[in-house]
Amino acid sequence: MAASNNIDTLKTVSDTLKTSSGSDSDWIMHHILDAKEIELPFLGYVHIPQLPPVFGIDVTPTKHVVFMWIAAFLVLLTLYLVARNYKTSLIPKRLANFFEVIIIFVRDEIAEPTLGKAYKTFLPFLLTLFFFILFGNFLGLIPFSATFTSNIAVTATLAIISFLMIQLGGIRHNGFFGYFKGLVPHGIPMWLLPLMIPVEILGLFTKPFALAIRLFANMIAGHTVILALIGLIFFMGTIFIAPISVAFAVFIYLLEILVALIQAYIFTMLTSLFIGMAVHQEH
Amino acid sequence: MLTQITLAVIASEGGNGGLLDVNPGLMIWTVITFIILLLILKKVAWKPILTALDKRESDIREALVQAEKAKEDARQILEQNQANLAKAEEESKKIIDQSRAYAETLKEQLIKESKEQAKKIVDDASLEIQRKKDTAFEELKGQIAEIAVTAAEKIIRESLDAQKSKQVIDKYLNDVTKN
Repeated sequence: MAASNNIDTLKTVSDTLKTSSGSDSDWIMHHILDAKEIELPFLGYVHIPQLPPVFGIDVTPTKHVVFMWIAAFLVLLTLYLVARNYKTSLIPKRLANFFEVIIIFVRDEIAEPTLGKAYKTFLPFLLTLFFFILFGNFLGLIPFSATFTSNIAVTATLAIISFLMIQLGGIRHNGFFGYFKGLVPHGIPMWLLPLMIPVEILGLFTKPFALAIRLFANMIAGHTVILALIGLIFFMGTIFIAPISVAFAVFIYLLEILVALIQAYIFTMLTSLFIGMAVHQEH
Repeated sequence: MLTQITLAVIASEGGNGGLLDVNPGLMIWTVITFIILLLILKKVAWKPILTALDKRESDIREALVQAEKAKEDARQILEQNQANLAKAEEESKKIIDQSRAYAETLKEQLIKESKEQAKKIVDDASLEIQRKKDTAFEELKGQIAEIAVTAAEKIIRESLDAQKSKQVIDKYLNDVTKN
């Protein structure tokens, strides 16, 4: 009885904390979090039509879903145009020239060194993952758009897909029992096994968890800092803080361009590395 | 206690959509979008692009090997050409030398021959001259003798001793031939 009382009081405390300080940070959250409407420049808000729930899950497309589709469409369009170039000639032109560099980078610097000879099987997956995250990250840098890669649900889902890919890759190459037997390093004394097995199983899940949190935190941090810097102008109530705020905001924005690229690279690189570790267990 | 606090925070965050609030609908859409994107891209983009890149790489590799081979061939041909040229030069030099030597011998032979011929012609000519001179002299001698005889006849007829006169004439003629 006392415990439930405690929870209730804590709840009210945290709620009041939120509402009291919320007036200052709510608008930042409003820009970063998912929403049921899309903000268009000079036109106001567009409400997304509600869909009936499927199996008790609300599947209404949100703002992040819409921008995910936009990113997916852009990826598709861009890479279709790139692929079309190669149909006419093997010499890359304009767009193909630029994207070829990235594709070759993913192939030669990410997939091949970590996966060895097996890289060809996983290359389409790694390329899709890289371009999907890359376009999502860059799309989030455009004003009035939303960064769907800064949503924990999206990054967690991508991490789960990566996790499944890692396990499937390992099982396919080493066999079902061979893979799970290979998870525990060789030459371990028998009495250590009760300790090692849970540790290794835990290790399987920490990898995608770290992937999800890393991308989510990196993508949300820059946006929050920019919004906070701009908010400083209104918080201080003076125009003289504006040059400093804007200068720092531009700096963070430029940094975010770098972060957008690096995070797409790191997510793909680590996924590739984990697949490589699952495929070649002898290390 | 700690778990109670986190529970409370999560519960209150969940109320109006917190930062760590996971929307299952969004997860479903992410899976669907990603898998569809992967399948379409695999067919539309990755397959043609990656095969094109592989093909181009093998083409370049092949072209480099061929270029290396062509270079080697060109080098060999150049070497052969140079050797041929040297050989031809040597041969032409030999031919020129030979022809020069031949011309030299021919020239010497011709000079020798022409000298011999000239000498022969001169010899012939002098012989002929000698012969002509001899015949002319003989003729002259006969004529002179005749003239002398005629003259003697005339003298004899002029009453002189013919015998004595002939002796005188002969003596005179001998003197002439000696001169």
